[in-house]
Amino acid sequence: MSTQENRERLGLLQGTLDLLILRTLIFGSQHGQGIARAIQETSDKELLVEHGALYPALQRLEERGWISAKWGVSSNNRKARFYSLTPAGRKQLVKETNKWKRLAGAIARILGPDVAER
Amino acid sequence: MFRRKRKLDDFTSEIEAHIQLEIERLREQGLSEEEARATARRSFGNLMQAEERFYESRRWLWWDHRWQDIRYALRMLRKSPGFTAIAVLTLALGIGATTAIFSVVDATLLHPLPYPQPEQLVSVEDDLPGVGAHDVGMSEPEWQDLQRSGIFEYVSPTWFDENNLTGSSQPERVRLLIVAPNYFALLGVKPQLGRAFNPGDHSPGLTLEVLISDGLWKQSFGGDPHILDRSLRLDTDLYRIVGVMPQGFDAPGRTTEERNIEVWIATSFYGPPMSDHPLRSGRNLPTAVARLKPGLTIAQAQSRLDALVAALQKEFPEDYPKPSAWTVRLLPLKERVVGNIRQSLILLLGAVGLVLLIGCVNVANLLLARASARAREMAVRQALGAARQRLMSQLLTESVLLSLLGGIAGLAILFCIKGFLLRLLPDSLPRLNEISINSPVLLFAFGASVITGAIFGLVPALHAGRFDLTPALKEAVRGSTGSGKQARTRRLLVITEFALSLVLMIAAGLLLRSFWDLLHVPLGFNPQKVMTVRTRLPYPNDPSTDIYRTAAQEAPFFRELLRRGRTLPGVEEAALGDTASIPLDESLRDLKLISEGQFLFTLEGRDVQSGEPAVAERSSVTPQYFHLLKIPLLRGRLFDESDNDKAPQVAVVNEAFARTYWPNQNPIGKRFRKARADSPWTTVVGLIANARTESLAEAGVPKIYLDLYQTGGKRLAIFLRGNLDAAAIPGEVREQVQSVDPTLPVSGAQTLNETVSASLSERRFSMEIVALFALTALLLAGLGIYGVISYIVSERTHEIGIRIALGAGRRGILQMVLRQGLGLAIAGAAVGLVGAAVVSRLMAGLLYGVRPADPLTFAGVALLLIGVALLACYIPARRAMRVDPLVALRYE
Repeated sequence: MSTQENRERLGLLQGTLDLLILRTLIFGSQHGQGIARAIQETSDKELLVEHGALYPALQRLEERGWISAKWGVSSNNRKARFYSLTPAGRKQLVKETNKWKRLAGAIARILGPDVAER
Repeated sequence: MFRRKRKLDDFTSEIEAHIQLEIERLREQGLSEEEARATARRSFGNLMQAEERFYESRRWLWWDHRWQDIRYALRMLRKSPGFTAIAVLTLALGIGATTAIFSVVDATLLHPLPYPQPEQLVSVEDDLPGVGAHDVGMSEPEWQDLQRSGIFEYVSPTWFDENNLTGSSQPERVRLLIVAPNYFALLGVKPQLGRAFNPGDHSPGLTLEVLISDGLWKQSFGGDPHILDRSLRLDTDLYRIVGVMPQGFDAPGRTTEERNIEVWIATSFYGPPMSDHPLRSGRNLPTAVARLKPGLTIAQAQSRLDALVAALQKEFPEDYPKPSAWTVRLLPLKERVVGNIRQSLILLLGAVGLVLLIGCVNVANLLLARASARAREMAVRQALGAARQRLMSQLLTESVLLSLLGGIAGLAILFCIKGFLLRLLPDSLPRLNEISINSPVLLFAFGASVITGAIFGLVPALHAGRFDLTPALKEAVRGSTGSGKQARTRRLLVITEFALSLVLMIAAGLLLRSFWDLLHVPLGFNPQKVMTVRTRLPYPNDPSTDIYRTAAQEAPFFRELLRRGRTLPGVEEAALGDTASIPLDESLRDLKLISEGQFLFTLEGRDVQSGEPAVAERSSVTPQYFHLLKIPLLRGRLFDESDNDKAPQVAVVNEAFARTYWPNQNPIGKRFRKARADSPWTTVVGLIANARTESLAEAGVPKIYLDLYQTGGKRLAIFLRGNLDAAAIPGEVREQVQSVDPTLPVSGAQTLNETVSASLSERRFSMEIVALFALTALLLAGLGIYGVISYIVSERTHEIGIRIALGAGRRGILQMVLRQGLGLAIAGAAVGLVGAAVVSRLMAGLLYGVRPADPLTFAGVALLLIGVALLACYIPARRAMRVDPLVALRYE
């Protein structure tokens, strides 16, 4: 579902969306639209988050007990469902972050510097 | 799967909120309302898909699919009522029959005995393996040893007896169990009225207190609520009733008689009327039950007991001669009750399971036939995008639903004919009244239904999974049905069915042959025109009140009874014996009655220490007995007038006895005595031919006959031969007996043929049931092959038409079709023969006179099965023969 303006944005790797959601929620509770916005903005609009894909992910995380949700009122007085990190989610975030960093480092080492030069 | 924390509505409104927030943000950036809405929607992606994914994530889908499948399956089943009816009926019979047999197995073999902590209850059995004697009973000192051993909470010897209950209008025979005072505490059962015996009581003699059964209370005392403390006259002695056992309380015994006890008397097994100082070697306490100390397993208890036995053997070497190798065995008490019938019940369960399996194969075949008719439907649905997995699960749902319907129908039938089925069971089956359709049985029926459904549904479902789309669509257009692969599967199914049927039929055939052989075995005695009636002389506790104390005192009664017996209408001959002399009498078999049945003896000239107490069956009879039963005398003489209580004791033995103990010697004049130092010698005066009086299956059991006038006897059988009126005899004999002594009960009148036939009742029952199952299997197999051959013929109508048009003979066509059926039948039979060889070896213990691999049975049954197959194929083959080439070709 790419539009003209975000054609060059990167699609998300499998499994990374969960990690990004958890990371975003570290700053406090947020609703779905806010999470999508935050991911796009903090990645300097490099990452494409299909908003629709966000919700099954939120659903999954909630089921696993990593985030909790309740209905609240947004800054512009709209009713929205707010998600926040649970202690288990915080632990999971640390674990996943470490794993991701090791993975990224390993891939970077394999790819080597010359790829960047091309 | 049932968690439904969040509703779809909630999810939808969250998404609604998301889009509103996005729209507002975009509006802030200056987009128009329209543009903002469009962009927000676009960047959200597919709304429907999100909802669907949410839906799937909640796992509702699975149930949704199942629900769809079930509704669809119901529709399909309703659409073809004929197929549904046949399939449901087949399965109903299969599942119903299996459940029925399972309910018996569940109640008898699987359920623990109905006493508290039944796992601690054991039967204590003394064996003398060195002399081949088993379960020989224990002595009072041994009982005390066991009580003190620390292994048991309680030990109680039990002693079955009969007594004469007098005081009401008719003297009655009652079944009595003499137990230790701790017996009811041991079992953990309380009376419904009154109290049990005091378990700590160790006073000498009998307690003179009795407990009575619910049945006796209701029949003989009209259920009188003030029964307690009333007195009861047994064998002329007065006892006080202290309690009534609850309804349905069965004593844990091996035989029906032993389980239906009517009166319990307690004793500590010493003091009058028993010995004041019972001997260690006097094994007069026939059976014993015990409760282990809590926490002790049977294996642990057994190893401690073995140590105790070894110590006792060392301490009392004279009482326990090494060669007899005395051991004491602990068995779960349940084993004593149901051990005898385990193998028969497992056989029945196996047989009925095979029938169910064959039914499954038949239904699988029907389903496949239907699947080929539905091939086009499947192809179209698949072409429209149905996942194979969904198609398979749909077909499986259909078959499981079918078998559940079958299971429900089967249970319904079972409920309706429950009473009738229970009446078919032999009375000797233990724990009959515990059989019920309870939750484990229902669970079994449910499990059996689901598993059967899965088994027979799997074949068509796998076919649907491997479906090749294009040819199916093409074939469907051409109007032909089925694929080669499917035809192969159907043939395989028929072969399986034949193999299973053959196994079952051979099992039935072997049982039938065993039964037939037993029915036609030469008995060695002639049961025709013979009737037996029983009576019993009292055995009062105080010998001074006993008018039948010695054989000499009994002799006039015997003579008078014989004289009166001979005067009855139709009677040509009369004889007397103790009840052990009734040939093949099952009612008291396995009950070691006082002074009857098996006994241990020593032969003259052999060292007592050499381990020679030998075992033989024994009974006491009057001289006329042998002629009445037509058992021929081979050597020496029978008893005569000179053999009375003053003359030395004499015996007649059978050939088996002579051959076992005096091989190649003349037994006449040889002597033996009871295995007790003080007993007098008995001289053998006559040798008679072997007769199958103890067991139909055994030709020669060593047997000793003593003279009733010398030994005396309490439990008496009156034998009458002649043209008797079986209906009148019991009354006439009662009149004659009671005109001699009005206190004597008369019971158990039976023709000897009935007694012989009753001894086969358990065998007959399992043979009949297995034969019934085998016939069902044969019928199902016939139907199966009929279905497949008809199908093949209809598929080849076109080809056959061409053949005939080209000049093939009609006979040739017939042969071609029959050959095809024959091929299947032979293949099935070949596989089945291998299976039957394995199964028949397992059931060797149930056979008599035939080897498990009896070639005649194997060949005969295989031929029968093939014959039925040919018959079943003949109908479609004739149809093939009559194919009109014109019609067949116009089909195109």
